[in-house]
Amino acid sequence: MTIKEHAGIGRNTSRAFKYIGAPLPKVDAYAKVTGRALYADDIMLPRMLYGRLLRSPHPHARIIEIDIHRALELPGVLAVITGEDLPQRFGILPSSQDEYALAIDKVRYVGDPVAAVAAVDPDILDEAIKLIQVEYEILPALMTIEEALEHPEVKINEEARIGNIHKAVSYEFGDIEGGFAGADYVREDWFFYEGNNHAPMEEHACVANWEPNPSDPVGGKITLWSSTQTPHYVHRELSKVMGLPQSHVRVIAPHVGGGFGGKSDPFSHEMCAAELSRRTGRPVKITCTREEVFLTHRGRHPVKMWIKTGVKKDGTLTAMHFRSFLDGGAYGSYGIATTYYTGALQTVTYKLPCYKFEGMRLFTNKPPCGPKRGHGTTQPRYAVEVHLDKIAHDLAIDPLELRRRNLIEPDTRTVNGLRITSCALGECLKAVAERSGWYEFHAEPTTVSDKSAMGAINRPLRVVGHENGNVAESPIKRGLGIAASSYICGAGKPIYWNDLPHSAVQIRLDRGGGITVYCGSTDIGQGSTSILAYIVAEELGVPPEHIHLETADTTLTPVDLGSYSSRVTFMAGNAAIAAARKLKAQLFELASEQLQVPVENLEATECLIYDTNDPGVALPYVKVVQLTEARYGALVAAGSYAPPEDIHGDYKGAGVGPSPAYSYSACVAQVAVDSETGEVVVEKLWLAHDVGQSINPLLVAGQVEGGAYMGFGEATMEQQIFRRGRHKIPSLLDYKLPTTFDTPEIETILIEIPDREGPYGAKEAGQGPLNPVIPAIANAVFDAVGVRIDETPITSDKVLKALRAELPGARSAQRPHVEPIEVASAWPTRLITWQPADISLIAKDGV
Amino acid sequence: MLRLPPFRYLAPNAIEQAAYMLAQEGEQAMLVAGGTDLYPNMKRRQFTPPVLIGLRGIAALKHISGSPEQGMRVGAGVTLTTLANHPVFIEHYAALAAAAGSVSTPQLRNMGTIGGNVLLDTRCNYYNQTEFWRHSIDYCMKKDGEVCLVAPGSPRCWAISSADTAPVLVSLDAQVRLVSVHGERVMPVRELFRDDGMKPYTRANDEILSEIILPPADGWRSVYIKLRRRGSFDFPILGVAAALRFASDGTVADARLTLGAVASHPVEATDAVKILLGQYLTPELISEVATLASKRSKPLDNADLTINYRKQVTPVYIRRALASFV
Repeated sequence: MTIKEHAGIGRNTSRAFKYIGAPLPKVDAYAKVTGRALYADDIMLPRMLYGRLLRSPHPHARIIEIDIHRALELPGVLAVITGEDLPQRFGILPSSQDEYALAIDKVRYVGDPVAAVAAVDPDILDEAIKLIQVEYEILPALMTIEEALEHPEVKINEEARIGNIHKAVSYEFGDIEGGFAGADYVREDWFFYEGNNHAPMEEHACVANWEPNPSDPVGGKITLWSSTQTPHYVHRELSKVMGLPQSHVRVIAPHVGGGFGGKSDPFSHEMCAAELSRRTGRPVKITCTREEVFLTHRGRHPVKMWIKTGVKKDGTLTAMHFRSFLDGGAYGSYGIATTYYTGALQTVTYKLPCYKFEGMRLFTNKPPCGPKRGHGTTQPRYAVEVHLDKIAHDLAIDPLELRRRNLIEPDTRTVNGLRITSCALGECLKAVAERSGWYEFHAEPTTVSDKSAMGAINRPLRVVGHENGNVAESPIKRGLGIAASSYICGAGKPIYWNDLPHSAVQIRLDRGGGITVYCGSTDIGQGSTSILAYIVAEELGVPPEHIHLETADTTLTPVDLGSYSSRVTFMAGNAAIAAARKLKAQLFELASEQLQVPVENLEATECLIYDTNDPGVALPYVKVVQLTEARYGALVAAGSYAPPEDIHGDYKGAGVGPSPAYSYSACVAQVAVDSETGEVVVEKLWLAHDVGQSINPLLVAGQVEGGAYMGFGEATMEQQIFRRGRHKIPSLLDYKLPTTFDTPEIETILIEIPDREGPYGAKEAGQGPLNPVIPAIANAVFDAVGVRIDETPITSDKVLKALRAELPGARSAQRPHVEPIEVASAWPTRLITWQPADISLIAKDGV
Repeated sequence: MLRLPPFRYLAPNAIEQAAYMLAQEGEQAMLVAGGTDLYPNMKRRQFTPPVLIGLRGIAALKHISGSPEQGMRVGAGVTLTTLANHPVFIEHYAALAAAAGSVSTPQLRNMGTIGGNVLLDTRCNYYNQTEFWRHSIDYCMKKDGEVCLVAPGSPRCWAISSADTAPVLVSLDAQVRLVSVHGERVMPVRELFRDDGMKPYTRANDEILSEIILPPADGWRSVYIKLRRRGSFDFPILGVAAALRFASDGTVADARLTLGAVASHPVEATDAVKILLGQYLTPELISEVATLASKRSKPLDNADLTINYRKQVTPVYIRRALASFV
């Protein structure tokens, strides 16, 4: 069992909050743990049909003919549709409209949907699917980045302008030549980050219900309940594919059993359920199998990376040149944004006076990759942090010290124009170093008696077994590794270009004392609905239990863009504060008159509005609501939030990377490596996270631990891999995901220094804490046994191979290494050069 | 979620009744105890039996009797959790308790039985896939296809014996009792296994494995360790089961070593352990045995991690298993 400590939890901050910062249960906790909460697959409607998709068995093939007649004749089958029934292309990004609900002409990966069936009983679907006859002409399949580059003549996706290159970007910020010329030491490395799946507990599911209306020329309305993170975007895309005005489409996210980015796209099964419902006039449910989740994917892109960094003798960074090659799978998904994200945030963690980034995304015949927790920043963060560790080692500088010397400063601009406000990375590094005994561990006691003494003060020892005074040479070696990272608190720009708010909240006060909060935000388990309750409770002085929440319903709730880019607490939180404060102003106006107390002396708490100078002078909250309604009529207010404008540079592509604030994290990992078998046990993770202010420290700690767990899995075992064109291991037995038994002890440290624009100072916690975990583990393995594994996951076979390559007589060619990718001299896109108007802004500028 | 194919379920409450039903229903019928192996396979259509005969209701399959001095008898329906937590097994048949406790997850050990684990279907990552997946690659010879996808030139199936308890029971020299309408037979557990991924057991179709019979502990000590990517959940990709008995002078009087998950059946390293007899268990001797016994391990690319790695760590695991007796 893991033991969890939360240093910092429950810590009082300077402001006296009632609910903010309190470790309250989630508003839906009881419903969830008792099975009462309804997820998409729990929804049953009268006359409901069941649907399923027929998927391609080939990684790349032309569709010659589809014969659905035999399937349609099967008793119990009510509808079968194919590509031509839904010919409108769609995709999450306006710039990547390359998906069909069902394949037209071509299939591009094993699992590409080809036809959809609706039947009265799920058992009929098996047979119906088999009765659909599809004739294919097999095409060559390209399964890797290298194959995609080598065979431009095999066009996987027509979106690619050159060969199979979906997107290429090239940027130069500041004086890169000068930066390298000024370096005392330059190092280059190649890395590979393996792809992996989000593996949410809940498989994707949806129920669609067409309600015909003959008196409406449109014919009717569609409602879709779907396990989605982004009902707003599904609303737009479903309307487009079905050819319905958005007024006739309603998308609702019920309880969602985890997403991690995997439920952020509009999906084929959603489009097909809706169309099958329209055709049959009956509700249709489609629930994916676990294998279909692996095939639907949109998970972490496999990325090959090359980094070249220049440093001064003291470790000060002078220049960085970074290249990324993303294995995108068969379709665009978020891939263009992902490509930018592999380069955009390198500048946000450490001060870089100049920076060059070249990225390209390739189409391959695999399920499309997309955003997974840390979207596009996790792979480069792994590469950069291992690379910096190597540089520190080369220069004989403590890896922690090298990082400290290069920390970004608060209130500065990066060389690529990003605005930095609050930053407590230094505090994060200090906290994990202290808690893990970083300096003591690396102080290298020279005698065994020293080691025993150290063991007595609860400090990990380098060699396992010495704790018991056993000095025989043990094959188990310990190491500590460190890494740092940063992450956005919400994308500064929406997915489709517009000037509208990113999030809005409406609040309606009932004269009986109830409060209803409406927001499009989508709770995927992270607790965003609870956050709304705590915030409105804090502002209006009413316990969260009195508040009714309506969320993630495109008909009932105002738009929130969705649960992605770690944006919800920051953006919906600010919108909720804005809405609540409008109502609070009205209530206080009436209370002030009634109590004869100036507004500024009033406070609301525990359903009372009272005079802070004389708490006996008070009115019940309900009474004040009634007085206010009597004067102003129905009490409804709305608030909204859009990020500030001036937070990025003015070059093309500057829209990916800016955020109203950045969170920072630092991690120390302790590993024990078996030098005879290569097996790696991660014994403990210390993870400090600069969250600004916890709205609820329990939920923040849950997010930090979840990130640590996910990072641990990605670092040591998870891999979305293919063999003969097929996903090799599409099940939760064979796709190795850590269980609770495998997960190391995690010590969460919350650093709470409020951000001036975050709600009560809060910043994100959902994604950032994952990023430093992977490189911290990689660096710890090196610290333990002296070998570098420059690709993930760091599995026992790779470690053993590396260890054996170090043995006397071994050929160094046997060392595991990442095969470089040869690129033509010119990157296949126009180079954009840019630098801030005032280069001195990179240092502290007091923005 | 994947759905089970339709089937009839019969629920006998006596072994004789179950044997009668099995004979009556014929070749297509299958037995089910915990169902932790069979039901997932049925969902993926490795099996689509029209009839299942459930053994859960048969009290006579759930006994644990005997003593370490006289030997133990374990009903085939005893759960892996019960076995793993049983003080007699923990003390006197340690490898069996360890193996039972290392199978899959706690939830599945609560359902899964010793009989079911011994008769686990052989595994292969070309075979343990959904119907859709197997269809997409045109099936393998173990189910619905013609060729072995891991060794296409081979006339046989190379699916792997993956039961943790199988190599342990062989090392413990256990016997099994098989019951049918024609009577019953008792045979050494090693004779239950065949080197054939498609038909890995010598159990006749109408026979029910009713009991495991363990010989007296009689000074034997045993150990089981397994290789897998995760410390929980995973099937072994190497299992090392060793049982040793020491003479009063501290030399090895008798030894058995069995490797699991390296072939379609548990592989006994009989020749390798012979060199231990009459000798003190020195590190040098252990290394020699480990090197020799490892030659019996011939992994193929149909399980987790690389073939090379599985080969390389086999001697290390054997060495560690034997060193634990020192």
